[in-house]
Amino acid sequence: MFGFISRRIAMALVVMFVVALISFLLFRFVGDPVNQMVGIETTPEQREALRQSLGLNDPVLVQFFRYVMGAIQFDFGNSYQFKQPVADLIGRRLPATLELSFASAIFALALGIPMGVYTGLNRDSWLSKMFLSVSLVGISLPTFFIGILFIFLFSVTLQWLPSFGRGEVTELGSFWDTGFLTISGIKAIILPAITLGLYQMTLIMRLIRAEMLEVLRTDHIKFARARGLPNRSVYYIHALKNTMVPVITITGLQLGSIIAFAIITETVFQWPGMGILFLQAVQNVDIPIMAAYLLLTAFIFVVINLIVDILYVVIDPRLRTERGRA
Amino acid sequence: MRLKIASAALAMTLAAGTQANAETFKFAFQGTYNQLDPYSLNETFTLGMHGNVYEGLVRRSADLKIEPALAESWEVLEPTRWRFHLRKGVKFHNGNDFTADDVVFSADRVRAEGSDMTTRIAKDVKVVKVDDYTVDFILPGVNPILHSEWSTWYIMDKEWTEANNAVKVTSASDTNPNYASLNTNGTGPFKIATHEPGVKTTFTVNDGWWDNKVHNLTGVEFTPIGSDATRVAALLSGELDMAFPIPVQDIKRVDGNAGTTALTGPELRTIFLGFDQKRDELLHSNIKGKNPFKDVRVRKAFYQAIDVDAIKAKIMRGLSEPAALMISPFLFANSGDFSRYPYDPAASKKLLAEAGYGDGFEVSMDCPNDRYVNDEAICQATAAFLARVGIKVNLNAQPKAKYFAKVLASGGYDTSFYMLGWTPGSFDSYNVLLNLNNCRDDKGAGGPFNLGGYCNPKVDELTKKVLSENDEEKRNALISEAYTILNDEVSHIPLHQQGLAWGVSDKVTLKQRADNEFHFKYVVKN
Repeated sequence: MFGFISRRIAMALVVMFVVALISFLLFRFVGDPVNQMVGIETTPEQREALRQSLGLNDPVLVQFFRYVMGAIQFDFGNSYQFKQPVADLIGRRLPATLELSFASAIFALALGIPMGVYTGLNRDSWLSKMFLSVSLVGISLPTFFIGILFIFLFSVTLQWLPSFGRGEVTELGSFWDTGFLTISGIKAIILPAITLGLYQMTLIMRLIRAEMLEVLRTDHIKFARARGLPNRSVYYIHALKNTMVPVITITGLQLGSIIAFAIITETVFQWPGMGILFLQAVQNVDIPIMAAYLLLTAFIFVVINLIVDILYVVIDPRLRTERGRA
Repeated sequence: MRLKIASAALAMTLAAGTQANAETFKFAFQGTYNQLDPYSLNETFTLGMHGNVYEGLVRRSADLKIEPALAESWEVLEPTRWRFHLRKGVKFHNGNDFTADDVVFSADRVRAEGSDMTTRIAKDVKVVKVDDYTVDFILPGVNPILHSEWSTWYIMDKEWTEANNAVKVTSASDTNPNYASLNTNGTGPFKIATHEPGVKTTFTVNDGWWDNKVHNLTGVEFTPIGSDATRVAALLSGELDMAFPIPVQDIKRVDGNAGTTALTGPELRTIFLGFDQKRDELLHSNIKGKNPFKDVRVRKAFYQAIDVDAIKAKIMRGLSEPAALMISPFLFANSGDFSRYPYDPAASKKLLAEAGYGDGFEVSMDCPNDRYVNDEAICQATAAFLARVGIKVNLNAQPKAKYFAKVLASGGYDTSFYMLGWTPGSFDSYNVLLNLNNCRDDKGAGGPFNLGGYCNPKVDELTKKVLSENDEEKRNALISEAYTILNDEVSHIPLHQQGLAWGVSDKVTLKQRADNEFHFKYVVKN
């Protein structure tokens, strides 16, 4: 067991290193950061001096190893545009992204599970068909389009909800600011959370529907029915419980992608989280922010996968012996 | 039915929360406001934002005329000695008095290493305090436009800057923001209350401002909104009082919406095309061994092949003004004497044939796609127009970060044919002649933004004369002479002045400046 976990951690580190290397090599093609840092009248000599002082004249591999050495000590350098430590900047934007991801995951589960159960139980009802066709739309439309559609419907036409920003935020200590404690903050999170969660909701709904259909055909449901248990307890206790195992796995994995791919939703709603910070960094060739963000994203995925792997081993002893032999 | 009631109730509770504070003015711009240090970045939006908090010795009125600000008056004692009489009784936001010491200090700081604004005052100008409210500027040579860029040279408080350890300018390569880059202490009509770079900046009113205030605001809230669709939507929904820029294709919507209007006007920026005329062989062309752009007939053929009126009508939706010069007509008195070569594909083909390119040739064109209004679309149209006279243009449109890295001096002027836009920071032709049209070497000394390397010693000579001529009429004649040469030799192809489009709520009135700076002091909210 210990050997397995340490092997997985070593592999995770290799993955992080490779992600960092590839992303760093890609940054050479993003453009010249210096032009974004100075005005048009800055002389070529001044630009050159700046390039030198930023270490941009060094070979890419030298720059990369300098970066890795810093990253090992949790020093991700300083942002070119903000002149502040990248770790601080990302830390300050983290609450916004996490709250958005959390809200959208809750939305996806709270709606996806009941809809999945309903469509599984009532295969032929018109409501089920409607859910399924709406969910098809949810999957096939691109996120930014759904976001803009929501904005035009709920902000411009109906004027119910704000089209951008987080509303009023409250400071909780020095590390966290939350939008959940004010009315404007709660209103501001509704549209982006739905936009971001729509795809996951559809996924969960279809997964549960398929699992429900599967489980309802199994013997233990038939026996439960034969024993005369009421429908409610058959469906929601015996059937739903058995569908939840794959749902939990998928939800866990999807949580990582919600956090990582909040970029588009954040851009559409000007949500001041990490995603928009990353996008602004791309436009301004702010390499330290880009590198740290990509590392963080890789880290989230690696950690989630690691946990899932370990959980499988914990749950299923057969895997342990197989690994042991190999 | 139940659903209906529920949604009505939801609508009511939600609507109750959206009552905005009547006098807080909310606006959005596409870019962010990062630095508060007024000498860190020489860029229009940033300087315009600083201008609400800081002031210079002079300022520009809404129609861009120089007028007194922190200096009440000035006189030229000798051709090389200017005396500025400072306004008395002006206080900084922290209560400190504004005096000559602050001017001398700011003059040193703006020229110091790390400043991005060193062009505001030349290194060899001496700044001398005469008494507490008089400052002399002693110049190495005559310069009639000494103060033309000073509306964005903001005066800082010496005492405050020193006390907060912010004497050194937060330079582009600094890794730690100094106090002045996150805090302000100006003399202007507004103070910064909170500043979260990239997220939000809020302003409060400076009640002790020396000038009569026009605005009736109690506060201002700025949010950057990068997505065009969201910015327009936020304006239409009434969450914003003003948003800019409005994409040209959305102008009709903003105008058609009850409660908002698109405020359009000409911008000072001139969009133009340029050719590599320096190398003996073009870097990106199928013509080998010679450079077709060295031949004025080829350059003129390109000029006459492009229909700027069609570009104006189809791409800019009317929001551009075809240009005959490399400077906005607002900024040069004799502009009326110049006109464009007519659009004439037949003449263009003839010129190409005379130059020996009757079968046309192939050339690559460099173009930004996120810098100017519809920049890529204009380049595509240009390529299409040139195709009609037999020129095959391989368009290389890319984000500005990539584009400028390639075509500027740092990229070795790696271009054969390009698009660029230019606004002279001094609002004066000298800047245009020097930066875009004077001979340069490969490192950029001479005319650093003359990407194509156009060179005519006569123009260089005229440029020098323009700098030191104090008599306005003679000076304008010299400028005209230079522009005539550039026009005859087709140094560049001026296309148009692009337009400004701001979206404004009908609840506010404000003034649009042609330099695209936005000043809250003109905003009146009903």
